Amino acid sequence: MESTKRHFFSDMNVMLGRSMHHIFRSMDTIITVTITPIAMMLLFVYVLGGAIQTGTDNYVNYLLPGILLMAIASGIAYTSYRLFMDMQRGIFERFHSMPIARSAPLWGHVLTSLVSNAISVLVIILVALIMGFRSSAGVLSWLAVAGILALFTLALTWIAVIAGLSATSVDGAGAFAYPILFLPFISSAFVPTESMPSGVRAFAENQPVTSIVDAIRALLSGQPVGNDIWVALAWCVGIMLVAYIFAMRVYKKRM
Amino acid sequence: MQNQAIQVNGLQKSYEKIHVLKGVDFEVKKGSIFALLGSNGAGKTTIVKILTTLLKQDGGTAAVNGFDVASKPGDVRQSISLTGQFAAVDEILTGRENLIMIAKLRHLKNPRPVADDLLNRFGLTDAADRRVSTYSGGMRRRLDIAMSLVGKPQVIFLDELTTGLDPEARVEVWKTVKELANNGTTVFLTTQYLEEAEQLADRIAILHEGKIIANGTLAELKKLFPPAKVEYIEKQPSLEEIFLAIIGKKEEK
Ligand SMILES: Nc1ncnc2c1ncn2[C@@H]1O[C@H](COP(=O)(O)OP(=O)(O)OP(=O)(O)O)[C@@H](O)[C@H]1O
Ligand SMILES: [Mg+2]
Repeated sequence: MESTKRHFFSDMNVMLGRSMHHIFRSMDTIITVTITPIAMMLLFVYVLGGAIQTGTDNYVNYLLPGILLMAIASGIAYTSYRLFMDMQRGIFERFHSMPIARSAPLWGHVLTSLVSNAISVLVIILVALIMGFRSSAGVLSWLAVAGILALFTLALTWIAVIAGLSATSVDGAGAFAYPILFLPFISSAFVPTESMPSGVRAFAENQPVTSIVDAIRALLSGQPVGNDIWVALAWCVGIMLVAYIFAMRVYKKRM
Repeated sequence: MQNQAIQVNGLQKSYEKIHVLKGVDFEVKKGSIFALLGSNGAGKTTIVKILTTLLKQDGGTAAVNGFDVASKPGDVRQSISLTGQFAAVDEILTGRENLIMIAKLRHLKNPRPVADDLLNRFGLTDAADRRVSTYSGGMRRRLDIAMSLVGKPQVIFLDELTTGLDPEARVEVWKTVKELANNGTTVFLTTQYLEEAEQLADRIAILHEGKIIANGTLAELKKLFPPAKVEYIEKQPSLEEIFLAIIGKKEEK
């Protein structure tokens, strides 16, 4: 058993290489993941933007954080899908009958989710730049944004792992993402929460997406982030830990 | 050195309601081909999964290469490889990439030549750089077996390796398995086809209603258990058996 621990990172690296091949050989995945958020961005900026009062003169700047979160929320559906397919096809059984760390195949999927979502995020930021997105943020602020997005991705990825491991059909594996995709709409992502009726507003202001969006928005526009960043971090880390523990339980049971 | 590659004693396993294995005993000699014969749902895959450390038994003991599967799974995994009932190949990677991946996971020093050698042995060199999703069923199964040979494991498990293959591909796979055993590897295979067991195995065991009801060489089985055998042939007649039956009827007339 010692040797399996010693090789954990090299094994995981092989697994990462494997799923990165999957991603680069099906670039349509990246396109599918980014096209809806980009379309939303176009729609909101060029069609609805004129009617929305956000108190900023650059609506793309206002919109971008929420759009990025949407892209990640749809990206993780593929993580769950890839995991499900691996379980179906029996390749996990091969891996598990080999002298490698038991969790290496799973971590391979998790890392892949991080990398592929980072690619989607970059693509969307590029499109936003073309549409007039500008940021005064320095390197540190950008790093903080990257960190929050990475944590958000990890938190959702572990939820995706649970879904992928426990799904009984391909459709089921991706279905969990829909409610998550909807969260940005009832948050400060597109319109300020002040404009919402009080009940909805209470929900919007206390759900994770709002604090994450506000923190990223403040970082990108060089405003003081205040409490938002801590609330955002607490949400991400909290969800990640709970989902991780639960996912590992399901994994041990299934394997 | 003991010369048993697999030892199974009083193996028990139940899923929620069904009692699948009710005390299974058998041994497999090193370097031999052992066929476990049984109809659909007899519990063949369950035995394979226990022996390959994928599933825990409820009772009894099982040892592979001298290591207990429950207490020394790590050592068992070092000694074996599994070609499962459903092809365990990566469809999006090429044949070569699949082999290199497994070689890296087995921590071999030179993954590339190992892959090239196996591609050559299994007649996959021309298709080596094509994605596996473009392979035929027979090619896929050959790649699957090739992946199991990476790193020269001592005991190889082949679960229903020819199910779903056409007769031609089946003969091809049989040839491969025979070559394996000639090189000293122990082969444990399961099958629903009597003919396959006849073709390949040194010893054949029949799993029925949770127990091994017959175990021996083909000649011994033919002598000892004619009634049990007839029962099985009725469920899964081999091409040869049908052929013989037709000939027999013709000659009677
Ligand atoms: N995870 C499981 N949960 C519940 N029942 C199961 C499970 N796996 C197998 N079974 C049942 O156990 C019995 C034996 O299954 P097993 O797959 O070992 O049979 P098999 O001999 O390999 O059959 P086949 O020839 O169809 O592959 C079957 O009745 C099957 O339905
Ligand atoms: Mg089976």
